[in-house]
Amino acid sequence: MSNIDKATVAKIARLARIKIDEEKLEPMAGELNNILGWVEQLAEVNTDNIEPMSSVVDAKLRWREDTVNDGDKADSVLKNAPNAEFGFYAVPKVIE
Amino acid sequence: MSDLTTLKIAEARDLLRKGDLTARELTEAHIAAVDAADSLNAYIEKTPEIALGQADAADARIKVGNAKGMTGIPIGIKDLFATKGVHTQACSHILDGFKPEYESTVTQNLWDDGAVMLGKLNMDEFAMGSSNETSYYGPVKNPWRAKGSNSDFVPGGSSGGSVTSVAGYAAMGATASDTGGSIRQPAAFTGTFGMKPTYGRCSRFGMVAFASSLDQAGPITRDVRDGAIMLESMSGFDPKDSTSVDVPVPNFEAALTGDIRGMKIGIPQEYHLAGMPGEIEALWHQGIEWMKAAGAEVVDINLPHTKYALPTYYIVAPAEASSNLARYDGVRYGLRNVPENGGLTDMYEATRAAGFGEEVKRRIMIGTYVLSAGYYDAYYLKAQKVRQLIYDDFKRAFEKVDAILTPTAPSAAFAFGEKSDDPLAMYLNDVFTVPASLAGLPGSSVPAGLSADGLPLGLQVLGKAWDEETVLKVSGVIEEAAAFTSQPDLWWR
Repeated sequence: MSNIDKATVAKIARLARIKIDEEKLEPMAGELNNILGWVEQLAEVNTDNIEPMSSVVDAKLRWREDTVNDGDKADSVLKNAPNAEFGFYAVPKVIE
Repeated sequence: MSDLTTLKIAEARDLLRKGDLTARELTEAHIAAVDAADSLNAYIEKTPEIALGQADAADARIKVGNAKGMTGIPIGIKDLFATKGVHTQACSHILDGFKPEYESTVTQNLWDDGAVMLGKLNMDEFAMGSSNETSYYGPVKNPWRAKGSNSDFVPGGSSGGSVTSVAGYAAMGATASDTGGSIRQPAAFTGTFGMKPTYGRCSRFGMVAFASSLDQAGPITRDVRDGAIMLESMSGFDPKDSTSVDVPVPNFEAALTGDIRGMKIGIPQEYHLAGMPGEIEALWHQGIEWMKAAGAEVVDINLPHTKYALPTYYIVAPAEASSNLARYDGVRYGLRNVPENGGLTDMYEATRAAGFGEEVKRRIMIGTYVLSAGYYDAYYLKAQKVRQLIYDDFKRAFEKVDAILTPTAPSAAFAFGEKSDDPLAMYLNDVFTVPASLAGLPGSSVPAGLSADGLPLGLQVLGKAWDEETVLKVSGVIEEAAAFTSQPDLWWR
């Protein structure tokens, strides 16, 4: 059975890159345990020799010619950027 | 002048072609109806100038005899379809200010056929919800009220704006999307017709992604014929979506023959839920009687893994969502929050904390957990295996029957706040719709009756993959038998 504690919630939040305030960790642990406790009923299903299903579409992924068919749209690509400079996305300083 | 907003798409199409009505007149009437419906909160962005421009183009096209089924028809667009230069946020704060530089294939198909855009429609944030209460833009009100009551009800979700605009006569049809029931459940709650086609029938290009292996677009309309007309326009192969399937699009309207004699209709015994309201059971039984009266053969079938569909869905869908929603990082579009002296990771974490609502965060957290090292096999891989078993159940059933009949939802519309504090209670809304989503099958919800309180109830028809025509045909027979002519009082106008 899942038993997610505060530290685990903090770890998942870090992996998901979502800041969660200290006082919200405990309630979130409760919510996640509720949901995971419920989905764990799947353990009772016998799935020996069953292949995992990733898509309902039988068809193989299509191939296409390896040619350039789009591009030269820098302005369009940057149009919705919260901050863009000199044709690039601008972000807070990464390297000290 | 009679109220043009109560016309069906097929009726308006015929009047337009005869020259008895112009697209401009029809569009102006709808723009006024959209404004009059502000209190329902179905539209979060109105586009009257675009609508009038498209209406005039439609009139010109009709004049030269080049009209399609959707030419000159005013519709609403769910906020998760990218519309070039127009608000597209999947009703999330994190896409603040986003106006795409491209058009979704589904909407482009509609514009190519001459349809008219009235605006963008409210929805649960990123389509995660069954009541439209998770939208950043506030809840949508169901146009229907209980008999003798002024209380408001939820419209269902996630396509709450889509169904309310159509049930509330503020659009002749609306685009919607269905991941686990987001077309069918709200259609049932509002007395509208909703159709989720086979996965791969409508392109997902330009649809804001929630769970990519499940998401599928479809129409909301006021009757089955309109649904057939609109679905045909939305459908078709698209090289821009790798899961779009290259199969011909049939003339869906031609499938509405009303003749289901000799057809085999399956009744899945596992859908008789303990504790289900008696009126839902009664409606289902009524539907079975309608099938028999129309000359179909009713057959009991078994879908043994039905009870595992919801837990499977609530692993698969959050897992895919956590991956899809990783793109919202404050770098390329939408909201950006940078704490003082914060670095890049602080920016990611603050932006996502401020931009996502509680339900979306919850699902990203679940998805991240079930995909994380050490848990992947126990949760995600297990769910994918059970998904295969659910798919196999349907495959076996459809060797014996042509279509499956079930209730759409386990209850009528409920009150605001009734389930929003209990995620599991909310998830149970989709108990009848999720299995077919996991199997990628086409399904509809047809208005079939009223609850004791006078709220609409729907029946669900499921079909084989790529056999939307049978789903539509059976839906048409239910519609005819139910003679569902009730409509909400226009209390908001």
